[in-house]
Amino acid sequence: MAEATEQQILDGLAEIIDEIVGIDKSEVTPEKNFIDDLDIDSLSMVEIAVAAQDKFDVEIPDDELRNLKTVKDVINFVQNLQA
Amino acid sequence: MSKSQTTVVVTGIGATTPLGGDLPSTWSALLAGKSGVRNLEWEGVEELPVRFAAQLAVDPSEVMPKQHLRRLDRNQAIALIAAREAWKDAGLAPPVDRKAAKRGAVAESDGFVPDGDRLGVVLSSGIGGLHTALDSYDVWREKGWSRVSPFTVPMLMPNGASGHVGIEFGAMAGSHALVSACASSGEAVGYAIDMIRAGRADMVICGGTESCIHPLQMASFGAMRAMSTRNEEPERASRPYDKNRDGFVLGEGAAVMILESEEHARARGADVYAIAAGCGYSGDAYDIVQPEPTGSGQAKAMRRALQDAGLQAEDIVYINAHATSTPLGDVAELASIKAALGPEASSKVMISATKSMTGHLLGGAGALESIFCVLSLQEGVVPATANLEDIDDEVDLDVVRGEPRRLADGPAAALNNSFGFGGHNVSVVFQRAL
Repeated sequence: MAEATEQQILDGLAEIIDEIVGIDKSEVTPEKNFIDDLDIDSLSMVEIAVAAQDKFDVEIPDDELRNLKTVKDVINFVQNLQA
Repeated sequence: MSKSQTTVVVTGIGATTPLGGDLPSTWSALLAGKSGVRNLEWEGVEELPVRFAAQLAVDPSEVMPKQHLRRLDRNQAIALIAAREAWKDAGLAPPVDRKAAKRGAVAESDGFVPDGDRLGVVLSSGIGGLHTALDSYDVWREKGWSRVSPFTVPMLMPNGASGHVGIEFGAMAGSHALVSACASSGEAVGYAIDMIRAGRADMVICGGTESCIHPLQMASFGAMRAMSTRNEEPERASRPYDKNRDGFVLGEGAAVMILESEEHARARGADVYAIAAGCGYSGDAYDIVQPEPTGSGQAKAMRRALQDAGLQAEDIVYINAHATSTPLGDVAELASIKAALGPEASSKVMISATKSMTGHLLGGAGALESIFCVLSLQEGVVPATANLEDIDDEVDLDVVRGEPRRLADGPAAALNNSFGFGGHNVSVVFQRAL
């Protein structure tokens, strides 16, 4: 995948979250915390991370996954790797 | 009453089965003598010795969001569907949506809200998450370990359904999953009765679930020569007591009951379907798959159930037999019934084999057929045995066939038998609430 804009990553992530846990795309905004705001559990986060790796063609090591607490964290992580 | 003075009653029932997506549709199809057995439409099905089964009438995907189904094995999804129906049927308040509550939404309070510390779950599956285990194995082989769902373990474990139901309804008195093959959910009902009698709970969600209609099961039960191979007319394949029976028909489904102490039910003004009067168990200690040939183990379970219920043999007016349509098993059970009830009472009792219509739900069978006993007592009608055209010469008891039969008003009790590989024998007794 070519370098994605912040909006493209956000949209892509929202699609994954809707597909996996059924949270409406409009709820997925950059400042949201996955656990506290979106109520996503740790196993679902693993599924989301695997889907995000495929979608954005990046590697998300387990150590990094722990640091990705908000939607914005994921956007930044993907953008940094793609840059 | 034997163990304690606590009377346990049935106040809610639910099921999803090959005959219908809920209990009312299942029961009316059963009384109409319909068959839930159909051809399997799988790629490569022609390679299998058995090409039909009793699949669910309503697929879980029709009533549950796909995101929920991603993390539930099919047996767990249908357990939740049946539990929700039973819960609502018992007049209980919808469970609090944890996520909505977090957002500050006000929980609805339409119905009785039970005390979670006094609410238990006993939900069994004989096999567990077979679909998950095998599908995940395929994913691992094709795509590697990182693509295996992180929910694989909770989806394949046989106590998964019990866990999910306990979470949904906030049951904190204890959550159990008894595994004894085809006797599993008979045992679940018995254990639930005992939980209430022992004072561990006021109310218990109990039952069984099974979903393992998979090519491997058709192959492995086929390898045992245990299943009917009447591939040319599947709806007539499950024919207990018929001369031309040739094995059982695999079914899938879930059935759940809400049991509670009579005191608790009366205090909240619940409608009572029947009394869950008692349960009897025995172990054959004989063979891993063959029943003990004299039927003494089965007879012990029935006698112990009567004793546990404080009833006499002549109180039993109806038996929903285990009868799976195997050549040896069906008539052996009749011999056990005669031994347990004695010549007089066994000659009067009505017997039917509802697996002739539902197929064999394995770990779901005991609970579903217990519910059929409850409805028979409550509505005063006994379902017939389907496909019983040419009755076996060895059948010398009153097997109901053709049309359903009326039960007389007044005191009555019904017994459900469930026997499982491993030599597990379970008989549950229900009594009409008068």
